[in-house]
Amino acid sequence: MAIVLDHVNHIYEEGTSISFQALTDINLVIPDGQFIGLIGHTGSGKSTLVQHLNGLLAPTSGAIYYNGEDINEKGYSRKTLRSKVGLVFQYPEHQLFETDVFTDVCFGPKNLGLDRKEVELRAYTALKQVGLPDECFYQSPFELSGGQKRRAAIAGVLAMKPEVLILDEPTAGLDPKGRDEILDRVAQLREETGMTVILVSHSMEDVARYVDRIIVMNKSRVMFDDAPKMVFRHYKELEEVGLAAPQITYIMQALKAKGLQVDTDITSVEEARDAILAALHRG
Amino acid sequence: MAIIETRDLVFDYIRRDEEGNVEGITTAVDNVSLSVKQGDFIAILGHNGSGKSTLAKHFNAILYPTEGTVLVDGMDTRDDEKLWDVRREAGMVFQNPDNQIIGQIVEEDVGFGPENLGVPTEEIWQRVEESLRAVGMYEFRKYAPGKLSGGQKQRVSIAGVIAMHPKCIVLDEPTAMLDPLGRKEVIRAVRALNDVEGITVILITHYMEEIIHADKVFVMDKGKVALQGTPREIFSQVEKLKELRLDVPQVTMLAHELREKGLDIPEGILTKEELIEALHL
Repeated sequence: MAIVLDHVNHIYEEGTSISFQALTDINLVIPDGQFIGLIGHTGSGKSTLVQHLNGLLAPTSGAIYYNGEDINEKGYSRKTLRSKVGLVFQYPEHQLFETDVFTDVCFGPKNLGLDRKEVELRAYTALKQVGLPDECFYQSPFELSGGQKRRAAIAGVLAMKPEVLILDEPTAGLDPKGRDEILDRVAQLREETGMTVILVSHSMEDVARYVDRIIVMNKSRVMFDDAPKMVFRHYKELEEVGLAAPQITYIMQALKAKGLQVDTDITSVEEARDAILAALHRG
Repeated sequence: MAIIETRDLVFDYIRRDEEGNVEGITTAVDNVSLSVKQGDFIAILGHNGSGKSTLAKHFNAILYPTEGTVLVDGMDTRDDEKLWDVRREAGMVFQNPDNQIIGQIVEEDVGFGPENLGVPTEEIWQRVEESLRAVGMYEFRKYAPGKLSGGQKQRVSIAGVIAMHPKCIVLDEPTAMLDPLGRKEVIRAVRALNDVEGITVILITHYMEEIIHADKVFVMDKGKVALQGTPREIFSQVEKLKELRLDVPQVTMLAHELREKGLDIPEGILTKEELIEALHL
């Protein structure tokens, strides 16, 4: 059970003078339950890629299989697919439109044709899952803070009970605490439900902290696909394509260059602290 | 001399129902008095909803005070006759590059501001060239903005502002939507404007590492200035910043944690070079 991308190509406006190849020969297997970070500079193909995963875009050639079935086959239910693969766009709070938060979150499950009781149960559960306080439920979405709006919008997708949750830059514009709160919630949800999470992010620090696997896109192709530590070893190549390693990795490299015997693969402050203490102790 | 000064500034957002009756009042800026010196690099931090953007929108007269006064280069922003002078002195750059670019090609977009000011054509072209050079985008002057990366678009937006020859530029989270390279490019361009051109910079951001070179930092909370000081003074207060939903750069955090473990390292380490020195390596 997984998502499989088999030789996927996508060309925008094919056959015209402005044709643009956004995906080139993408081959990926995304097993159930993985926490994946998808990184790449603006225009590298990340957003095009994730829009293929729930059928918003169809490949120009190649195929995408969800649990063994070709999602672009005639007769495959896109509607079911979209309830299984939930996509939270950038700035999802711009898509809140109902008069109160609860009704807004009900919109998705209602469209699945579920009965009212089930719809409301799902909406309630989803709002709890994102940690929105009860007093917000019947407020207008526009009265919430930036972080709360963002969470309400994510709840709208969670209420569909997706098996795969794709988040496109879920923390852009949030304060540091808001960033941590959202990502902690997502990590916790994944633990509890076993869903697959794909996090599209420009923050190398966030990606390093949460994910099991990083997929790096560059110029429409997959450039690296590996565990975070392995990917950040290529920090020079990452810099060439507009990315970077987490700040802490550079600090460790600078310390090592000055003769401190520390591991330069480190990607978190806690690991760095322990490594420095150990090295000084040995020293 | 102060380029921007606020005196007892209060701003209320007033919610009204369909008939126009007042439903509620939210005080977004609450009695803020501050002064920004010409040529300084100022950073404003604060969690979402702390009032920092509302405050910034007073600096070029997008918003007017409910109470108190805002002076830009000595001009009261509520003086209608000075409105355009105020906006010329203090330009503003926002978060989303795609909402700020209107021209079909880069140099046209940058020329739009000075053209609206009635600058003679020849001088417009001169200003466009200077501004694009200042942000390192001159070689892209003939490009369609759509072909540029996020960081490049933001630098075009900045060029568009500096072509109006402001004394001050206010940037409200200009890097929030950018990849790491884009962020670096924008911050580098902004620092150069400040260092080389002497333009006063007011930078609002949620990325702590972007402001370690600022002359002064204001931290907003509940509409008030909660902390102010140099980056070192501010980032020495790790616990206080966490309470305010903020953070410190990773190197500062690392030094703080090492200090907690008993190492003799000062608070407020801002760069890896400072850490190396503190560790006597």
